[in-house]
Amino acid sequence: MINIFNHFGNQLLDGFGWTLLASFLALVFSLLFGILLALLEVVPAKFANQVGRTYVEIFRNIPLLIIVMFFYLIVPKYFVQLDGFSAGTIGLFLYTSAFIAEIIRSGIQAVSNGQMEGARSTGMTYQQALQHIILPQALKIVIPPLGNQFVSLIKDSSILAFVAGFDLMYQANAIASVTFDTINSYLVIGVLYLLITMPLSYYMQYLEKRLA
Amino acid sequence: MSMVEFHDVQKYYGKFHALHDINLKIDKGETVVLIGPSGSGKSTLIRTINRLESIQGGKLIVNNQDLSNPKTDSNRLRQDVGMVFQHFNLYKNKNVLENIMLAPRIVSHLPEEENKKQALDLLKMVGLEDKAQNMPAQISGGQKQRVAIARSLAMRPKLLLFDEPTSALDPEMIDDVLQVIKKVTSASEMTSLIVTHEMGFAKEVANRVIFMDEGQIVEDDESALFYKKPQTMRAQQFLSKIISH
Repeated sequence: MINIFNHFGNQLLDGFGWTLLASFLALVFSLLFGILLALLEVVPAKFANQVGRTYVEIFRNIPLLIIVMFFYLIVPKYFVQLDGFSAGTIGLFLYTSAFIAEIIRSGIQAVSNGQMEGARSTGMTYQQALQHIILPQALKIVIPPLGNQFVSLIKDSSILAFVAGFDLMYQANAIASVTFDTINSYLVIGVLYLLITMPLSYYMQYLEKRLA
Repeated sequence: MSMVEFHDVQKYYGKFHALHDINLKIDKGETVVLIGPSGSGKSTLIRTINRLESIQGGKLIVNNQDLSNPKTDSNRLRQDVGMVFQHFNLYKNKNVLENIMLAPRIVSHLPEEENKKQALDLLKMVGLEDKAQNMPAQISGGQKQRVAIARSLAMRPKLLLFDEPTSALDPEMIDDVLQVIKKVTSASEMTSLIVTHEMGFAKEVANRVIFMDEGQIVEDDESALFYKKPQTMRAQQFLSKIISH
């Protein structure tokens, strides 16, 4: 393992950087888009509910690989040029958004209806009640499953290897095919993945305690 | 001058006819108690008054606003119509003081200092000035309900709706809450409608008692008259059961 790291340190570091970047971008965008989708699903408007629901059902029920392949093979052919990294990151973000939307929607719906009625009965608008009363309470509820989803996202970023995204998994494939030391090549990146996911896990636990 | 007017109001939950030809007029300053067995439509009736429930027929006028007109602004209406719930519904993410100050701040834009003074005054009125910084989870049910009353009063409503305000409370705490309700409803300009099973209390504070059964108003009497001799068999039956307990 040390050997692999000594010989291919730069390559692994490069992969670590791309994995980190892809995960960070996908996490930020999927969180924002997921919140938007969740709101579409809960607002009292049938059409918006339908739009949110349809998106979620389509994207969470297709394998991530197929979504990524779509952006890697089909989109460049007919629409816009995308390299492997972009195609992978976009696919990852669109896929994860569907799951985040479900987490946040269930968080919002887990806040008792009485909280909304209490707020509305004082003359607050729906948006005000959502902003001041419902969402802050929902946030507390969704932190643990959200942390789960973020960790999944980081691990799912290994899908980039299939479309030449230069991430950790891609580098491990490359190193293994040169050295034939398959076991150690993948063990090294396993440790590197842990370096990203563990701090995130701990941070989410910290948030959970602080907000509770 | 009337505060609330029901004209042949109908309410359905799907096929279930929850409110049946409701005709009712409540004048400004009146304190009206609504009683009846569970499932008789009492809660549904008072929830139509601040539009937590919609109506499907007839005409409903509250504070000169026509609730049968879909264009009527519910948020504007609710600023003048406070509600106290059976399960309090205090905001769990805000402390007691913030529970009271939030709506005046973001709905009626009361200046911060005046808002705070008002909130503290209201807390004092309900006897909880020392709980201002507590979270709802840290106070008892009876205290929660008194905070909820203070919260609804902070919007300076003209009409207050109480939906079984003591039904979720320990017997020992009921009295504190009833005392506060009595104080609030006795203000001459306040109109209130109270759904309750507390007969002794109803007798004491109400000008009028309305008895409901199966989605209909069965009896509507002056308070004293109702207790002496209810007109209908159904009301007599109900009253005898409650009083014998």
